Amino acid sequence: MSTTPVETWATDLGQVGPIYPWVGAEGIMFIAAVVLWLAWHFWQVKFESDTYREEKEKHASRENLEKQAAGETYLHH
Amino acid sequence: MDSEIGALIVIFTEFYYWATIPLMFLIHVGFCMYEVGASRAKKHMHTLLKNTMLIPLVTITFIFFGWWIYFAFPNGPFIYKGLGLIDAPSAVPWSELMGPHLGGPPVSDAITADDTAFWSRINGVFWAAFLLFSWTAASIVSGAVIERIRKTAFWILAIVLGSGTWIIDAAWGWHWDGWMVKLLGYHDAYASGVIHAVSGGFALGVLVVLGPRLAKFALDGTPRDIRPHNPWMVCVGLFLIYTGFWGFYVACNVPIIAAGDIGAQGAVFTATTIYLTPTTLSGITVNFLMSLSGGLMMGYMVSKGDAFWTYSGGLAGVITASAGNDLYYPYQALIIGAIGTWIAYKMHFWVENRFKIDDAVGAVAVHGYAGFWGLVIAGFVLWGHPSSGFEGYASISPWGQFAGAIIMFWVLGFIPAWIVSKILQGAGVLRIPKEIEILGLDFGSMEEHAVRDREVAETELQHAS
Repeated sequence: MSTTPVETWATDLGQVGPIYPWVGAEGIMFIAAVVLWLAWHFWQVKFESDTYREEKEKHASRENLEKQAAGETYLHH
Repeated sequence: MDSEIGALIVIFTEFYYWATIPLMFLIHVGFCMYEVGASRAKKHMHTLLKNTMLIPLVTITFIFFGWWIYFAFPNGPFIYKGLGLIDAPSAVPWSELMGPHLGGPPVSDAITADDTAFWSRINGVFWAAFLLFSWTAASIVSGAVIERIRKTAFWILAIVLGSGTWIIDAAWGWHWDGWMVKLLGYHDAYASGVIHAVSGGFALGVLVVLGPRLAKFALDGTPRDIRPHNPWMVCVGLFLIYTGFWGFYVACNVPIIAAGDIGAQGAVFTATTIYLTPTTLSGITVNFLMSLSGGLMMGYMVSKGDAFWTYSGGLAGVITASAGNDLYYPYQALIIGAIGTWIAYKMHFWVENRFKIDDAVGAVAVHGYAGFWGLVIAGFVLWGHPSSGFEGYASISPWGQFAGAIIMFWVLGFIPAWIVSKILQGAGVLRIPKEIEILGLDFGSMEEHAVRDREVAETELQHAS
């Protein structure tokens, strides 16, 4: 019993094809990867927008903007 | 691998392409260093992450559809004699040949025993070599747009270029069977156009929509020189890109192939370009160094000793000569590299002043303009040389190369970038809010660090007392 098509290496290697697990399920694994990719982008768009909104609310006072534009690196230094 | 010589060729070719990958990885390290060095305080980590995260996103999309495009699109589709997509079962993202495979009979009915015998040990390393080109293409754009583009937008644009338009241009003009090679005699051995011009044009298309950094132009339009926070780091980054460029050049070749397989005659083997036209690693090594030298010398001269433009000049020199570096005589490579660098430098500042384009690292100039004019120059210098060993292909010509340069820079570079950037702008996800740009893109995390540093300091004082 093996998750790969290989049960033993004592065979003619010229007749061995794929050696990864779950041969035949490539299409399903591909779909899972595409779903993961798209889900990541949706999460990222929201994460970035939320981050900027929070930072604007928290830090973007006129005083802070003037300090930063003047070259101050840290507010608390 | 049914003979000893056949087995040696396969294993050597597999190792050859594998060895190009870590070398080309250094290109990305170099891009990250020089971008971060060019960015200002409070923007470093955003700049670094923006470029780094294109790696996984372009990688997975390149396996999803980029690799298939290269094999399916050489006819356009429907540009060459009305022919459509080419069947490419070995390159579909669910192919058994995308995983470890020993080359025996296929499991899938979609591929043949010949497919598995030929591709099983080459597909992955060849895919990876092309993928590293994809990273480079996207990374070229990354530098131009620093300090004001949203990561969301950049990563989508990186996918459009890295797994989309550049690989379409490769199928058209960087494939032994591509329609541009057949009809135009297009020749671009080391990618002046297929990587650099397309990426430069793409960067320009994004910049036109994105706009300049807030401080780049005075209210009357006078350009301001926003200096890199670390010029030394910028230059070492460019040095690393030179280093990685060796892997790029090597990966552009087929290392060993029989003369009879490339339309030639005689019982000999040779290295070839991607077009299966003969060249030598020895010859291209000399030309790489000569064009680098021409670019460095001109970059130093035209910029009057500015370190950033001297290093950029070296890169521009190689990029300009790359289209024909498989064939040039060394002094031709030297002079062409110098000419391209002069053009790139002059055009950068002319475009900046005339159109108020803020190309933060000169990427459009070094890659786009140098690549474009490198193609055109190759058309004159290599005029009449066969673009292929096979019958029925146009030979290299100035008009074929000029048309190719237009396709690379404008059709597959600028226009798609402009369209996608407009869509992203319309969705409100292209540009950083102005307040965040002034505060600094790393401001939030730096603020948190500052709070923690203060807590640590207070705790230390409490222990001391």
